[in-house]
Amino acid sequence: MKKIIELKNITKSFDGEQPVLKNINLDIYDNEFLTLLGPSGCGKTTLLRLIGGFEAPNEGDVIFLGERINNMPPHKRNVNTVFQKYALFPHLNVFENVAFPLREKKLPKDEIETRVREMLSLVALNGFEKRSVTRLSGGQQQRVAIARALVAHPRVLLLDEPLGALDLKLRKDMQVELKKIQKQTGITFIFVTHDQEEALSMSDTVVVMSEGKIHQIGTPVDIYNEPVNAFVADFIGESNILDGVMLSDYKVRFSGQVFECLDKGFGKNEPVDVVVRPEDVDIVPLEQGQLTGVVTSVTFMGVHYEIIVDVSGFKWMIQTTDFVDVDETIGIQLEPDAIHIMKKSEYSDLYGDYSSFSNELDELSDAEAEEDEA
Amino acid sequence: MKNNLTREEKRIAWADHAALGPYSLWALLFILVPLVFVAYYAFTDNSFNFTLENIQRFFTATSSMAQDDGSMREVRTYLVIFWRSLKLAIISTIICLVLAYPLAYIMARAEAKVQKTFMTIIMIPMWMNFLIRTYAWMTILQDTGILNNFLTALHLPAVHIIGTEAAVVIGMVYDYFPYMVLPLYSIMAKMDIKLIEAARDLGCSNAGVLRRVIWPLSLPGVINGITMVLIPSISTFYISQKLGDGKFFLIGDAIEGQYVANNLHFAAAMAFILMVVLLVCMGLMRVLTNRHMEGGV
Repeated sequence: MKKIIELKNITKSFDGEQPVLKNINLDIYDNEFLTLLGPSGCGKTTLLRLIGGFEAPNEGDVIFLGERINNMPPHKRNVNTVFQKYALFPHLNVFENVAFPLREKKLPKDEIETRVREMLSLVALNGFEKRSVTRLSGGQQQRVAIARALVAHPRVLLLDEPLGALDLKLRKDMQVELKKIQKQTGITFIFVTHDQEEALSMSDTVVVMSEGKIHQIGTPVDIYNEPVNAFVADFIGESNILDGVMLSDYKVRFSGQVFECLDKGFGKNEPVDVVVRPEDVDIVPLEQGQLTGVVTSVTFMGVHYEIIVDVSGFKWMIQTTDFVDVDETIGIQLEPDAIHIMKKSEYSDLYGDYSSFSNELDELSDAEAEEDEA
Repeated sequence: MKNNLTREEKRIAWADHAALGPYSLWALLFILVPLVFVAYYAFTDNSFNFTLENIQRFFTATSSMAQDDGSMREVRTYLVIFWRSLKLAIISTIICLVLAYPLAYIMARAEAKVQKTFMTIIMIPMWMNFLIRTYAWMTILQDTGILNNFLTALHLPAVHIIGTEAAVVIGMVYDYFPYMVLPLYSIMAKMDIKLIEAARDLGCSNAGVLRRVIWPLSLPGVINGITMVLIPSISTFYISQKLGDGKFFLIGDAIEGQYVANNLHFAAAMAFILMVVLLVCMGLMRVLTNRHMEGGV
């Protein structure tokens, strides 16, 4: 595959403050759907703005098709952006918004007409040409923004949390549609989001970031199944992260028990982080359990129940389709492939216990984080 | 239950009306009634019988006036005065716009502290009395005034400004400049910076961004600024008397003169005609910009 953008040793800070990006290295390939995923303030939007040309790095290089473009202004880059709140021009109608970049290129009238109509049908907005953009729904505005950014046939499309303002149902539809548009046009998409589900379901490659650093680059399956550290494991999906000791290859001890696993290559008796995904935990009759615990809460989630189980002081989250009751004592069994071993990192012990878990709290902190970003 | 609700709604509606009451009364007493009186006086004679004489006089009265080459010619007095007022007002408005537009843009994009400083500097002259400001300009612009002293000190030739149209325009621009800056600044401060970024992203150079995004979006502010400068400068009177040495009699001076001479009906007729002309101008401008805003490029 052909490299289209290379980011080399990029560092960026604003007005001498703490750097928002620290030594970033990233290769982006032609025809790829790449997602920059991380919590608010992790530097993902700044990274996008460096590629778009709205910021220049303090150190390092932005390479576009082999050419260094650190200080090239946005209008000279073959890259277009779908902005977070769309940034449609309120004084222009739908047609003129989409035609905007073509008029700047002074293309012939009939070519503009054809290309704008082609784009509007790609985003299913035929017949909206004369509509004022201020009289469109959020989803429709979103489509206009996408059409406008694609009409000039950029090599790369940057999308800055484009679905953040849409309601859940619309968001799911747009995710599917964006993926379809990317396949159809063959344009490289660089998509910024803090929503891990969105990242996993849409991307070819996910880049997990926090605090200005890249933690892991990989396919969604890799990122989910083989997180490199406790931060990634916690941020992507739900995880129980426990302290463990690697006894030998394929043998790990945690929660006072020895388990078989599929990992090797660690030092003898090396302390490690053990990740167990909630859906990989099997509930078994008490006497067959490798571990036993008391159910402290049960939440019905539709497809499954989400239960919190206290196993000698550590709260596990388990997702199960079997009903168990609060205060019931249950047995837990873990297959070797349910256990994933990670090296200890600065993020160890910060995540992974569900003792203070509440869905409501989670959403509250999300909302706060979003406000911070805005 | 339903009955209760409507009673509650009625109560709220009544409260709304009551709250608006004082303002409605104020508007009626100090805006509408005076306007009606102006119209009433304009179309009546001294014994308050209906007449078009005052209106006719505005369009037909003649007098002899010195031409540029020194010869005297019969001209329609008030049409000449009106035209001169309009010309000077338009020139002043254009100068204000050209000066204020970049200033407003720079202010709107500057740091909050810089914005406040600029704003204060612009507002300070407005705290001083308009007569004092005009007198200040007289001392600056006089043939032996501050400006010429300064030029002479630099061994530059002195300039004669006082008593020219330029002096009147300088006075008007100085007095009405804040009224142009403020609406422009407020619309530009509200403008979403993302729109400018979007335009650059979509291929616009700086000039393109200005022409295709900033200018059209700032048009409502431009219209407001023009309205707020053109209207007072077209009807201004004192500035022309002081800075123009009384040589450039403007429509405002004419109205004042007739009023002082107790010709209330003719003064009202002139005021009425001025008002109608301005209303038509403003209406036209609004239609044109609306079309621009709706129709796109």
